Amino acid sequence: MAQATMAHGTAAPAAAAHRDSHQQHPIKLYLVVWGWLFVLSTASYLVDYFHLQGYLRWSLILIFMMLKAGLIVAVFMHMAWERLALIYAILVPPLLVLVFVGIMAFESEYTFFTRLFTGAGS
Amino acid sequence: MTEQVGTAEPGFGTAARPQMRPPGLRGMLVDWASDQRAFKNVSWMKAMMWIFLLSDTFIFSCFLLSYMTVRMSTTVPWPNPSEVFALHIGGQNVPLILIAIMTFILISSSGTMAMAVNFGYRRDRTKTALLMLLTALFGATFVGMQAFEWTKLITEGVRPWENPWGAAQFGSSFFMITGFHGTHVTFGVIFLLIIARKVLRGDFDHERRGYFTSRKGNYEIVEVMGLYWHFVDLVWVFIFAFFYLW
Repeated sequence: MAQATMAHGTAAPAAAAHRDSHQQHPIKLYLVVWGWLFVLSTASYLVDYFHLQGYLRWSLILIFMMLKAGLIVAVFMHMAWERLALIYAILVPPLLVLVFVGIMAFESEYTFFTRLFTGAGS
Repeated sequence: MTEQVGTAEPGFGTAARPQMRPPGLRGMLVDWASDQRAFKNVSWMKAMMWIFLLSDTFIFSCFLLSYMTVRMSTTVPWPNPSEVFALHIGGQNVPLILIAIMTFILISSSGTMAMAVNFGYRRDRTKTALLMLLTALFGATFVGMQAFEWTKLITEGVRPWENPWGAAQFGSSFFMITGFHGTHVTFGVIFLLIIARKVLRGDFDHERRGYFTSRKGNYEIVEVMGLYWHFVDLVWVFIFAFFYLW
């Protein structure tokens, strides 16, 4: 019991930091994001349903994908309210994967043309 | 409830005063250069989960990258996912419908998980546990539909080394990527059930100590569980875009 009172006594100055670290947002926020995720998923499904092709198809798929990923990370995973030190530590490294994408795309083109001109492999 | 990790272990938390940093980029550099914990107001649990998720991101990136590589480098036409994953409903083929339903189910599970975290911090034991169980139910449904999809494709002759419609690499990419994702969902469901049970039992209201860690139970574990679950949903967003829609 004495411990409990002590804990309450020391809790007051920590209350601000506590609100920072322990996420508390209205339920409505999550419902709105949920709704948007449904809309965006439907939109990306319709891209396939209406047989859009070429650059229009690819850019729409990427836009809807990035919007969905952004909503999930920012709101559902609370990244929007985290400290910048954590945000950068987690979100910057995956961007470097794009370098890897570039390297592998270059390599794939090379393999493709080698197969095309030598008739080897598939 | 109020402790940061530091205060529980004397000697670590005393220097953590998050409010004394300049804003923006400078604040970040001061945090990193301060020779203390870099993630000031983030508990070790949450920080470690984020770092695990970062490593998991690289694993899934490698899978999607190898899929990109085999698809770009093959001279044989790639099977059309829109037709491969079509279902025959009411006398006509509806393209990709099963995958669309799976997507909606997984998004819904993320929504219920986010609300479970919210009610957890409000110390609403029943609502937290019920929403977590609902999340687990959605997750199990997703895995069930995936099992259905695998069965359908396998009976149609898809193997990791061949398939009836085109490039052989289709099968290996499909089984590897969706299989690994499905495994993640399955483990998520198991842990959701474990933590929902703890919530119901009142572990986090009475600060009951963990069986393995002997640390006091805390509702923050619900948020950390949520991070993992949302990540599984996040990975599906990328798989849906690159494997099923591209």
